[in-house]
Amino acid sequence: MRTLCIFGVCFFVVFTSCQREKRDLRPVPTRLAIYSDAARQSPLRPGGAEQPQLRVTNPYNGSAYDIAEGERLYEWYNCSGCHSHGGGGIGPPLIKTDWIYGGEPENLFDTIVKGRPNGMPSWGGRIPEYQIWQIVAFIRSMNGQQPRSATASRADTIEQNPQTIQNRTGGATK
Amino acid sequence: MNQTEPIPNSSEREAQALRDLENSWQTPRGMIGWLSCTTHQAIGMRYIVTAFIFLLAGGIEALLIRLQLALPNNTLLGPDRYNEIFTTHGTTMMFLFAVPMMEGMAVYLVPLMLGTRNVAFPRLNAFGYWIYLAGAIFLYWGVFTNTAPDAGWFSYPPLSGPAYSPGKRVDFWAQMITFTEVSAMCVASELIATIFKMRAPGMSLNRIPLYCWSMLVQSFMVIFAMPAVMIASSYLLSDRTVGTHFVNPAEGGDPLLYQHVFWLFGHPEVYIIFIPALGFVSSIVTANSRREIFGYPGMVLSIVATGFIAFGLWVHHMFATGLPQIGEAYFTAASMMIAVTSGVQIFCWIATLWTGRLRMTAALHFVFGFIAIFVLGGLTGVILASVSLDVQVHDTFFVVAHFHYVLIGGALFPLFGAFYHWFPKITGRLMNEAVGKLNFWILFIGFNLTFFPMHILGLKGMTRRIYTYGSEMGWELGNILATIGAFIIAAGGVVFLINIFLSRNRGEIAGDNPWDADSFEWAAASPPKSYNFEYLPVATSRYPLWVAASERTFVTGLRNDRREVLVTTLMDAEPHHRLVLPRSSLWPLLTALAVTIGFIGSVFNAWYITYGSILTGLAFVGWFWPRLPVETKP
Amino acid sequence: MTKRNGEKGAGLKGAVFCAYAFVLFDACAGHQQSAVDPAGPQSGKIAVLWWFFFGLLTTIFLIVMVFTLLTLTRRGHRSGQEPLNASHLPPGADEKELTRIVAAATIATVLILFVLLIASVSTGKSISELGDKKNGMVIEVTGNQWWWHVRYWNDDPSQMLVTANEIHIPTGRPVMIRGMSQDVIHSFWVPNLHGKRDLIPSRVTTEWIEADQPGIYRGQCAEYCGLQHAHMALWVIAEPQAKFDSWMKHQLRPASPPGGPTGERGKQIFLNSACIYCHSIRGTAAGGQTGPDLTHFGSRRSIAAGTLPNTIGNLGGWITDPQGIKPGTHMATIPVSSEDLQPLLEYIEGLK
Repeated sequence: MRTLCIFGVCFFVVFTSCQREKRDLRPVPTRLAIYSDAARQSPLRPGGAEQPQLRVTNPYNGSAYDIAEGERLYEWYNCSGCHSHGGGGIGPPLIKTDWIYGGEPENLFDTIVKGRPNGMPSWGGRIPEYQIWQIVAFIRSMNGQQPRSATASRADTIEQNPQTIQNRTGGATK
Repeated sequence: MNQTEPIPNSSEREAQALRDLENSWQTPRGMIGWLSCTTHQAIGMRYIVTAFIFLLAGGIEALLIRLQLALPNNTLLGPDRYNEIFTTHGTTMMFLFAVPMMEGMAVYLVPLMLGTRNVAFPRLNAFGYWIYLAGAIFLYWGVFTNTAPDAGWFSYPPLSGPAYSPGKRVDFWAQMITFTEVSAMCVASELIATIFKMRAPGMSLNRIPLYCWSMLVQSFMVIFAMPAVMIASSYLLSDRTVGTHFVNPAEGGDPLLYQHVFWLFGHPEVYIIFIPALGFVSSIVTANSRREIFGYPGMVLSIVATGFIAFGLWVHHMFATGLPQIGEAYFTAASMMIAVTSGVQIFCWIATLWTGRLRMTAALHFVFGFIAIFVLGGLTGVILASVSLDVQVHDTFFVVAHFHYVLIGGALFPLFGAFYHWFPKITGRLMNEAVGKLNFWILFIGFNLTFFPMHILGLKGMTRRIYTYGSEMGWELGNILATIGAFIIAAGGVVFLINIFLSRNRGEIAGDNPWDADSFEWAAASPPKSYNFEYLPVATSRYPLWVAASERTFVTGLRNDRREVLVTTLMDAEPHHRLVLPRSSLWPLLTALAVTIGFIGSVFNAWYITYGSILTGLAFVGWFWPRLPVETKP
Repeated sequence: MTKRNGEKGAGLKGAVFCAYAFVLFDACAGHQQSAVDPAGPQSGKIAVLWWFFFGLLTTIFLIVMVFTLLTLTRRGHRSGQEPLNASHLPPGADEKELTRIVAAATIATVLILFVLLIASVSTGKSISELGDKKNGMVIEVTGNQWWWHVRYWNDDPSQMLVTANEIHIPTGRPVMIRGMSQDVIHSFWVPNLHGKRDLIPSRVTTEWIEADQPGIYRGQCAEYCGLQHAHMALWVIAEPQAKFDSWMKHQLRPASPPGGPTGERGKQIFLNSACIYCHSIRGTAAGGQTGPDLTHFGSRRSIAAGTLPNTIGNLGGWITDPQGIKPGTHMATIPVSSEDLQPLLEYIEGLK
């Protein structure tokens, strides 16, 4: 009985935090393809039998490493150039509840892949799919839609350009 | 009893007194009794056994590291797993094995050596153990759920900060530090109180065993050093969880602040591990050379000086960061100066061995091994003290070799010697001497085979913390030798465990003083009773058991129907007053649970600091609720 | 039995010392990335200090070990020795003599350490005097996870060269490495030339290096910086001033146009893919700043900061599967179709 309890505890313990701490560094080849019908915008499909819409889930949901990668890519692909750090600027804010094209992961994926009218570029065919999912996870984390334990509290750097820091500190220290 | 009953005669009275003493000091049976125990022998053993388990865990991690590095471009461990393993190896060895093991040995031995019955704060002692256990389980829960820390055992930011170490791995590391440092401070404060105030009458400060001097100095060092690491890890933890910027350079924080505060702890930490081992060596050398230690005043001054100077060395871990040259030169001088204090100790031991009548026990073998390995490690430390040399070998395998030489040679070998020396006292049976000597040679050869080549590897440019290397680098020979040596060390560990298990059941019965040694623990029974001594001894010399038995005296008059000990004055140990110590209590465990809830919860949600504080407050109320001393009824 | 133990100990220790000596000579052999194979004045002075320390400290070690082992042979050999069982002390005269010896050893230790301290501080001072702002050149090295951003400083901005992972320096001329970091703490270390200097975000650290003779020197990041710390190496190539000047002149030019139609097709593939989001090739529309500059990639020794030798096959492997070679690298896995790969590789390798 005691050994069973111990096994039970171990079993439980091993499977908590699996998702949060996983680090799948090497993307599966299928994640490299681009597919563009993640979220259909109409339930009507003429012809053929009624087919339920595939529910697409973000494979990186709740994974701290991938949310952090999404944060990095958000800067590197210059999403912050239009959306700032979620508050918006040239582009709309990304921290909100009234998503005009939908705020579910598959909707965000679609937006990034296809682009949207009035200035959202289409990244499909350029950024591989796995990176889009990482960015989606990050955007969702900004909106509190990811587990708090997997979301980073803040970015380490606000200034990214060491040249600017050097000028601020007035040159060499030694 | 009333007047009409006959007064018992003296032998009946003595027998009754002994029964009362046993009852007062007994731990109740069953699970509740085990959880509420406050006797120092039991708690000391728990520390020792738990820390030993973590030595084995850290050893397995080391073997995995060596397996991965044995061959170039090896694919046994990927970078993520390797990073977790080397971080966990260092963290386990430093925080979960080395300091708790030394604390545990002290908790066991110091009251016995001082001729008293328990440490000054028995419930704090129990609390310290539970907190250590909670922290250790917390970290290893992380290890088994892919949440092992992976930023190195000192977790420099910004790598360990929120942007570059996502998830909870480093948070687990930082909070484990808080657990183990609280535990260390509990033991340190009770050891200082015990050593200062609970010595046998007549054991003036210049008569206490050198091991107790070591533990006194070490405990003061713990009290000054541990808060520094708690601060450093708290900077990191709050930067990661609640968005502060202590060490975030973009918002005015400074990564070097973390390094300074961490190493302000980190350097004294290695002396915290090493100084108790010096005490072990003094005890083993004295007993096995059958002469008084040479130069007791010099030895004491060296230990005290080492403790002080250790706090002035920390920047030698930061010579590559581009600090001003004048400052660095000061730290070079201080880092070299501490070699003098250690050197004085070595010279005094050699002088003792030179003029003693040596008995080559297994324990003494380990002392010789200690001298060889530690002196070599200390000399590479002098190399590292020089800034110009350090900037070449810093963060290479040269440093890995250095610190393993000083830590394994300087602390682990004396520890094994201590196991062989005090096993008869703890269990009542001698360890097998022949197996012990074999154990020594396997460990000695394995150790040198593992770590000596690393000096060469470091000079050849092999940096630390790399999960693999190319075959064109020329590092294969050193690495394969190191891996073979690591498995020899593992074999030595297995031999040791075999010796323990064999000797526990079938070892020769030891008697009270098999080594004819000099300090008070050898006057207690083997194993000691829960009250240690039926009558507390009086010290008339620095080597009390080497005084003729007819000239030794004892303390009488302490009550046996409650847990009483004698408190003596600080300098000359004149009896001052009787102190009643608490009996078994569940409050330390309950308080530890409350604190654990606060600490673990706060990693995930800052509100748990509040909840934990409330629970801890309630637990303290229960703990400190005034109670009359429990008396054993006849 | 006990005497045999002592002699056995001495014999074994002798064997161990022989092994040490052999391995040591292995270290002395000239080797890339070796601190004891100096190629410049800074590392030369450090190597001299190293051998001085090594010689003196090894002698001390041997002396201490001899005395330690001799204690094993002393039992029962002194005539007139009082039994220690009663008093547990040897004769008073012996103790006085021992006190004198231990005091002398302590004083000797202090003096030796003082000598070592002087040697160390004066070496440090003479190394710091090797920097020469007037005659030297400045190279800014910015550490990134897990590559080196290199910028040759020049008062004329049009003469500033930006490259990555490989530094050329002229022989006989002091070079100041101005170190910064983009993300975490790294450490710039080229052992043949000098010790290491940490690259700390928000700070600028400096170090002077100089090569005495031409050569190719390997360096490696020496501060744990994450998943691929093991694969963050760099090459420092020292060449005579004239050769360096012509290298610099060539590197400052924008990218050479592709050789033929395949190369031209490769260029179009490059410019139409996500590569340009991170990489820049001067003279084209590619202007990404977050990854290494590729303008003259074809002329470099290695791919991915010393991880792979720079050959067309290795480059193909790197582009198609960077995570397989350097797991955790920030280089994205951009799918390239099989008919696009060969032209792309030809173009990139053609950027000489």
